[in-house]
Amino acid sequence: MTAAARLPAPAGASARATLAALPWALRVLTSHWRRRPLQLLALLAGLAAATALWSGVQALNAQARDSYARAASAFSGAQAPALVPVDGGPISQAAFAELRRAGWPVSPLVEGWITVGGERLRLMGIEPVTLPPAAGLAFAGEQALAGEAEDARAYPDFILPPGRLFLAPETLRANGWSPGDRPQTARGPLPPLAASSAPAPGLAIADIGFAQALLGMEGRISRLLLDPERAPQGAPEGWRRLAPEPRVDPGRLADSFHLNLTAFGGLSFIVGLFIVHGAVGLAVEQRRPLFRTLRACGLSARGLAAALAIELGAAALLAGLIGVALGYAVAAALLPDVAASLRGLYGARVPGALSLSPAWWAAGLGMSLAGAALAAGPALARAAAAPPLESARPEAWRAASARAARLRAAAAVATALAAAGLALFGRGLPAGFALLGAILAAAALGLPPLLGWALARAQGRARAPLLRWALADGRQQLPGLSLALTSLLLALAVNIGVGTMVDGFRLTFLGWLDDRLAAEVYVRAEPGAADRLQTWLEARPEIEAVLPEPRAETVVDGWPVELAGFADHPTWRSSWPLLSGLPDAWDRVAAGQGALISEQTARRFGLAPGDALVIGPGAPLEVAGVFADYGNARGQVRLSAGTLTARWPEAERGRFALRLPPADVAPLLADLRRAQDAGLAEAADQGEIRRLSRAVFERTFAVTAALNALTLGVAGIALLTALLTLAETRLPQVAPLWAMGVRRRRLAAIELGRILALAALTAALAVPLGVLVAWALTAVVNVEAFGWRLPLHLFPGQWARLALLAVAAAGLAAAVPLLRLARTPPARLAKVFADER
Amino acid sequence: MTDALADPASPALDLRDVRKGYATPQGRLEVLRGVSLTLARGESLALTGESGSGKSTLLHLAGGLDTPDGGEIRVAGQATSRLDDGGRAALRRDRVGLVFQQFNLAPSLDVAENLAFQARLSRREDPAWTAELARRLGIADLLSRWPEQLSGGQQQRVAIGRALAARPALILADEPTGALDEAAADAALALLLELTAEAGGALLMVTHSPRLAARLDRRLHLHAGGLAEPPAAEPAPGAVRS
Ligand SMILES: Nc1ncnc2c1ncn2[C@@H]1O[C@H](COP(=O)(O)OP(=O)(O)OP(=O)(O)O)[C@@H](O)[C@H]1O
Ligand SMILES: [Mg+2]
Repeated sequence: MTAAARLPAPAGASARATLAALPWALRVLTSHWRRRPLQLLALLAGLAAATALWSGVQALNAQARDSYARAASAFSGAQAPALVPVDGGPISQAAFAELRRAGWPVSPLVEGWITVGGERLRLMGIEPVTLPPAAGLAFAGEQALAGEAEDARAYPDFILPPGRLFLAPETLRANGWSPGDRPQTARGPLPPLAASSAPAPGLAIADIGFAQALLGMEGRISRLLLDPERAPQGAPEGWRRLAPEPRVDPGRLADSFHLNLTAFGGLSFIVGLFIVHGAVGLAVEQRRPLFRTLRACGLSARGLAAALAIELGAAALLAGLIGVALGYAVAAALLPDVAASLRGLYGARVPGALSLSPAWWAAGLGMSLAGAALAAGPALARAAAAPPLESARPEAWRAASARAARLRAAAAVATALAAAGLALFGRGLPAGFALLGAILAAAALGLPPLLGWALARAQGRARAPLLRWALADGRQQLPGLSLALTSLLLALAVNIGVGTMVDGFRLTFLGWLDDRLAAEVYVRAEPGAADRLQTWLEARPEIEAVLPEPRAETVVDGWPVELAGFADHPTWRSSWPLLSGLPDAWDRVAAGQGALISEQTARRFGLAPGDALVIGPGAPLEVAGVFADYGNARGQVRLSAGTLTARWPEAERGRFALRLPPADVAPLLADLRRAQDAGLAEAADQGEIRRLSRAVFERTFAVTAALNALTLGVAGIALLTALLTLAETRLPQVAPLWAMGVRRRRLAAIELGRILALAALTAALAVPLGVLVAWALTAVVNVEAFGWRLPLHLFPGQWARLALLAVAAAGLAAAVPLLRLARTPPARLAKVFADER
Repeated sequence: MTDALADPASPALDLRDVRKGYATPQGRLEVLRGVSLTLARGESLALTGESGSGKSTLLHLAGGLDTPDGGEIRVAGQATSRLDDGGRAALRRDRVGLVFQQFNLAPSLDVAENLAFQARLSRREDPAWTAELARRLGIADLLSRWPEQLSGGQQQRVAIGRALAARPALILADEPTGALDEAAADAALALLLELTAEAGGALLMVTHSPRLAARLDRRLHLHAGGLAEPPAAEPAPGAVRS
């Protein structure tokens, strides 16, 4: 304990004395920053950057969700299962009311085509109050952005006359419309147009009342959407349950990506903590002599701690505010499509605007404050507990740092062993995240001892006196630099890990999309119009094949499983890659004996090719093969169309895949949409789907790339902070060398070379670490969370670029203190020797 | 190298009308107002003066650590004013040995490496001479220790050895024994004088102690920006005039 604490002073008096001394102590403490504004800047920048990174990732995460929701609605318009009458007729308001009374969580939806100035738009009318959130429809975008579905849904303009017609910004642009316009249709003007991120291009969304009028369907409903979260299984008497569109669904792939982005957010939080720790350490470490003076002048240990806590709390608050705003600005800059207006900053919910709710502010400030507290705690305790006459320079640094290095190395080995144990025996998502954490922690702990060892080895080999000094001196500086280098390591590893994951994701997804969307056009019939549509299609000479794709849904062990039928056709045989399968898998399926199951299904039930699959009525089927089904939250079983319709008579038969020459696609689609008698509900051009989903993914990838750059930038700031700190204490170290005739420029070059070498070494270590992180993300976390494994692709070019970037960032960070060193006036260097200490 | 330019006949140090001032918040402070001084080879000179009189300033100018506002400085015949920063660095490396009160040793190098450091830098390392220095300075057994594991006197002896290892023409010492007790200071000074003479160098030493100053060949007093004979000082009791 300290001397002050031991004094038998009355508690009240000492507390009062401490309070009285606070303002004075604070003034003395902050006077330090007035003379060293750059250090204050580094402290604030470190805290703000960490907060910005954190809140930026949060914002982007929300945006990524929104992108996927849009992509999802582009495919089907609705992500919820639906009820239609078995006889295929229209649905009356009365039938809807009856179902609701019977306890079915249904929401009415009307859909059809409207013609506006020669352009056909698909119009969906929804009822926002009952709309299931899973529909991924109208308000999905606002929901994700505002974070509060209820408020967005109650958006009064949407339901009150004249209503609103939500269109994708692309649709507005393509037709030369602006928000607020009311183009005319045959049945009167449209509701005022509004841009929204929810509808896909070509789709318009309005409240059901306005939509019914525009479509001439007053009192009628096309489908009843079911809330999958609350609906019982099956369908009521006289109704058929339609499975949600399962074809290609990036909306669910999104969940995986979202999870990975969340992991990224967590990792960047850790990097941020490191920076905060470094910045606070700087604030405390540099003022040790000042603390001594204050203590010597009679400030109690508790008073000093209180003053420091107040000062750092204020700094954290200020930096936190800057950081949240900065993170928001970064997110807004990265999201060109979103009207990220300043109003969003204050939480105003404007459709399509990125909004920053109070919760975000709180989270951002909390991050900054908690980070500062976490990082500052030990430093504050040490500063306050130090005896007043503690020497300015810890003389025993060598022994202390050797002991610390041994301890850290031991802890690193222990953590690495724990990670290995988790990788081998861990089960479940928490274990996956624990593995990720253990890998990074082991690396963070192991880096400084490893660097120290490397420097010692190099010193043992070096001959030139200056080089030997540089290496020895580097070892001595290591404790001060290791924090910054560790955050560089983590930032790089997270970069490489997430980059590898994202690029692998893209490669896998786009390749898989190509395989999946092998047919040129996909169509879906209106309820009850399957045969009509098939007849219409088969009459078209340009269509080479009309491949039926019946669908049904079942539940196995409480898990929804889609049943997808397909025709035996070369289209599928040639393009559906199987992860594993019997040699004659396709023949078995075609013969009705076998089925193909998705990777998720196989993992969930421990099935492998050759096993028996007990599903639905009739004899078990044989698992003929396993295919990749990225992003699907449900199970999927693919079997021949005939087998499916025979076993599940209630299956929806109105889906077809069409093969035709690409040149004929556009005319066919135009004819299909124009034909009143075709019974078409929806038609999708494969090229269009692919282009759209690519665009959505590319944007998310671009955002991730920008985030990666940000992380590196933050690590650069950490390095700059550390180097600035060291530069303060460097003068007495380098002055003797200068006095002995080593030029300042040479000294600066040595320091630069040393930083670059340390950064390069760190970057080299970050590469395998990043691959390990990528592996943990794709092969462990993803599998545990979603049941499918993302293939791991390696991108050495990307690593080299990142490593170079890291070294460049280190060089840049070193530039400021080095330029100062190179330009230090000789008088200042000489002064080191004139000063008595 | 610079050796070729050195004139063995020229004095170790020659100051001509050297002036130096500093800018302070209260205006310009003229510390040296035209100082002239010549130090012959092998000669030793004690510089005394009140605190703040400019002794360290003069020493720094002599060693090329700083540049004068006016006047000329020659070290072993070489005019430092005509040298750029790199030239002055080379001059220090090759011709000057510096001993200060503090901040003498590189904390990251062990004693042996500290001792040989400057000689290695100037590529004039003579292992026999270095070993001889270590033996004579009584630090031969401490060579594998770290600086912080030495006493103040031991550290100062390593610094003296380092300054002499390259056999420089000029040794500049700023209160080299200021942190030592009397006995240790006497011993260190004796070694400094003896070894400087053996290395063939001249010594300019700043000291506050008339007792130590008396043991050098000459004494000068810095006062009011100029040099003078020291005030008639009473020789410290027990001081030995060599
Ligand atoms: N960088 C500087 N800026 C302004 N004034 C300075 C600077 N360096 C030294 N001085 C002033 O120059 C004068 C001479 O300083 P110097 O260090 O040479 O004194 P000194 O004789 O060595 O004193 P001491 O015996 O206390 O070491 C002092 O008054 C000092 O305040
Ligand atoms: Mg002095």
